[in-house]
Order: sequence, then C-alpha cells, then structure tokens
Amino acid sequence: MMPGMTATFEEARELARRTVVDARYPHISTYTLDAIWVLYDRVLRVDPESLDDPARDRFLLSKGHGPSAFYAVLAAKGFIPVAWLDTVAALESPLGSHPDATLVPGAEISSGSLGHGLPLGVGVALGLRATRYADAQVYVLIGDAELDEGSNHEAMAYAGAIGLANLNVVVADNASATHGWPGGIASRFEVHGWAAATADMGDHDALHAAFTAPHHDRPQVTVAAVRH
Amino acid sequence: MFRSDPLTDDHQQPTMRDAFAAHAADLLDADPRTAVVLADISADRFRAAAAIHPHRVINVGIREQLMIGVAGGLALAGMRPIAHTYAPFLVERAFEQVKLDFEHQGTSGVLVSVGASYDWAEGSFTHFSPRDVALFDTLPGWRVFVPGHAAEVPALLDRAVDSDQGAYLRLSLRHNAVPHGDADDTLTVLRSGTRATVVAVGPVLDNVLAATAGVDVTIAYTNTPRPLDSTGLRHLAALTGDTVVMVEPYLEGTSDWLITRALADRPHRLLSIGVGRDELRRYGTAAQHERLHGLDPDGIAARIRRFLDPADA
Repeated sequence: MMPGMTATFEEARELARRTVVDARYPHISTYTLDAIWVLYDRVLRVDPESLDDPARDRFLLSKGHGPSAFYAVLAAKGFIPVAWLDTVAALESPLGSHPDATLVPGAEISSGSLGHGLPLGVGVALGLRATRYADAQVYVLIGDAELDEGSNHEAMAYAGAIGLANLNVVVADNASATHGWPGGIASRFEVHGWAAATADMGDHDALHAAFTAPHHDRPQVTVAAVRH
Repeated sequence: MFRSDPLTDDHQQPTMRDAFAAHAADLLDADPRTAVVLADISADRFRAAAAIHPHRVINVGIREQLMIGVAGGLALAGMRPIAHTYAPFLVERAFEQVKLDFEHQGTSGVLVSVGASYDWAEGSFTHFSPRDVALFDTLPGWRVFVPGHAAEVPALLDRAVDSDQGAYLRLSLRHNAVPHGDADDTLTVLRSGTRATVVAVGPVLDNVLAATAGVDVTIAYTNTPRPLDSTGLRHLAALTGDTVVMVEPYLEGTSDWLITRALADRPHRLLSIGVGRDELRRYGTAAQHERLHGLDPDGIAARIRRFLDPADA
C-alpha cells in the first residue's frame, strides 16, 4: 500500500498484527483496533493533508502502551509509510513501543505513562474553544486499568462540571483493572454529568453510533467492552 | 489568632503576586494566545479578567495534575498557557506532568509560583519549596526567573510569555528595597571589588549588600538564574582571583554544577549560600527562617568572612 491509500479494516488488522512491538503483550497492542479504526474511518475530520489545520479533529491515544493498532491505522490511512511498521522500536525508527508525537505524523500526543491523555485532552478541548474552533472534536482513548490513575478523575470531574461538549472519551474496557470498577465504568462519568454509552468493541456500527451521538452541553464517554 | 496569610512583618505593597496578576490580565487583553490556568489559589485576583475572558481564565479547582495537563493541552492547541499556584503544588506535586506534558509533547508553557522557600512560615514545610529550581535543572531548556522586587515582575513575565521555551517565574514575599537587573540574561554588576565575585539571585540582594558593606568584593545581581550568565561569570571571576560566592534564595548549592562547569578550565574557589536541606519544623516568620538558614546579613557576612579569611575566623 502507498501513503494516502485507504485500506479496508481487514487490511488494517493485518498491519496491526504485523506490528506487535512487545511480545509480552500481543493482545494489549491490538484490542483497541476496532475503536481506532472506526474513529479514523468514519468519525474524525482529519487526514494526512490537514495535520496543521487548527480546525481538525484530534485523536489522543492516552493508552500509549501497546500502540500497534494505532500505528496500523495511521499507516492504513496514509499518515505514515507502511514500511515503517517493519522496523518498530528499532533505534532509528520513528515508531516505538510508546508513541512520540514529535516523531510520528498524525500522533497528537506522546504517551506511554498512564493518566496524561485525558487531562491533556481537556486542555486541547479548552484551547479549541478559546480559539473559536469549538466545533473541532477531541477524542481521547484510555484503558479501563488506566482509570486507576487519579489524574483521570480530576479531569472527569472538571470536564463534567463545565460541560466541555467538544471532549469525547473512549474507554477500551478489557476488564484489566486490578481492583475492578464495581458498578461499572460509565456510571463514574455519568455522576459528573457526562453523556455515556456502552458498545461492544467488535460492533463497528454501535461504536459509530456512540461516537457520533449528539451531546451539545456535556462531554461524552463511550465504554467499548472487549469480549474475551 | 490563626492567620491563613503570611505574617506581615516584611510585606511589600504591591506584592509580586499582585504585580503578576495585574500584568497577566494585561497580557490576556493584549494577546489572544495567552491563557491563565489556576487551581483555586489566586482565583480571586483573576475574577475581573475571568469575566472578560471566560475561556482563557481557567480555574480547575484544587487539581494540580489536571492544571498542568490542561496547560499542556492548551499549548498543544497553539496557546501560551500560564499556570499558577503555590510552588510545592505547582512544581513538586505534579512533577511528572511538568516533565511529560510540555517538552515531551514538543510544547512549552509558563509556570508561575508563589510561596518560595518559606514565605508562609506559619504554614511550615507543606508550603515550602526550596527544591523547585533544582528540579527544573533536571529538565532541558527551562528558563528560570526569580524577581527581587514586584517592579521586576512585569518585564520578566513578558519575557517568559514571549519565549518559546518553558519558563518558571518564582515569586516571593521576600524582596529588595528597589528593583534591579537588566532586561536580558546577563549579570548586573552593582559594585566592583577584587577578592571575590558575589552573585545574588533575586530577593537576597539587599542582605548580600548589607553583609558585604566594606568588603572588597564584586556584587553581581541576576533575576534570571537560568540560563545562568556563565560568560559574564567567567569574566567577573577572572577579575577576582577566580573566587566566587553564590547566594541563592532556594536550596543551597543549586547552581554549583553550572558554576563549576563555567570555570572547569581554571582553578577556582566556590562558596554556596542558600536554603538548608533539613526540615526545621519551625513556624514564625519568613524573616526568622531567613535567619535560621543563615541568609540574613549577619549569616551571609559570617560565611563570606570565613571563606575569604579562614585564618581570622
């Protein structure tokens, strides 16, 4: 495939499998593929030509550990050359086991340390609002275990309190949090005033419906449940 | 009576914090790229600015991790964020955010603290931050501004906001009688002598001047300790027998590595005077803590005397 080419989901899945960068965690690297694919394929207003457009939508991969699915979608959508996927994590490779936004076209943030993406996303959403690009949407992908980090809860409470409507969160829920989330993950957002939806990670139409459901006066969370 | 503000034995009016809030409001008016991010501290001083610029005066509540993350996100959206709270909460509590949410993202921001090393002495150790500048020395590219007088604050804030580097502005209630300093990063020579070059950073200057009255030393002032003017320091040191005294209002020895590096090719002597490492577990006033750390005129004079004339001590 050449840069700029739009692949199918099946092709993206093959690319993701090809780029599992950490042999210890093969599943962690790819289970987010469906959500990332649906966002880039059907939701986000961003392409390789609009990376400097201040009005573009932003996808922030907070769960930067295990980025194979993300790299695969960036390659499938022409943001990065497919050939980059074959040297992931090599010394001179722009693609590492944790993405570096200064090295990867299309990566909005550098991530890898958990709990940074959602606070950054709140800031980006506020910045878009302050610079009159409030129509641009910010999507932050976090993991259910990443929710352990208290910084997320600072962001959830604040974004809900101010009704930050251009902020969207996707929780990739593979039930990996050590102590679990009794009562569910969505309720933790809802109590702060967020709109919430739960969808099956494999159901692309359900993901699309959740990602694009209107939420004019509040942030929105989609809990994407991974079937084991 | 319990007081939530520092004892007023030595207040300057207006304070550096007043000067900062007033000038930050001007910058919000003048530059649509600027935004102020707060965590409740000083929110009252930004109420008028928030009414004019509701989207660019952002108070996240008592959430310092979020405050730094939001500032980093604003920078990603092309803005110039100014985050502000008490020094230990701004720098130490969310230090991983300071580390990752700016430079690692390819962006930068402006951090402005109050509290300094022991401003609110009654509040004690929880509100002291003598280690802040040393922490910024672990990060690449941060500028550090330490004004010695409220009148120095607006120009330093301008330089911090205009820069495309990370900038830390360290405000204090400790202050000199009048403003000093040049509008750049160079050392300002206030007095010339032959036996040592004494560098005073920010609010310790008046104590240094009092401590060295009648002593044959050069006095150089800076409110811009990072980047340290190593060229100027080499020049001044060469005129004073490569003998240097560094007096800093934060952790003693913070600048040793830079001075040693600047003079690495020449035999030299260095005395560092600053805030001690130990927790004192004392209350009282900032002036009393200054004395406990040997940063009052008598303490500075005694250490410089022992350094220059050990046989007489």
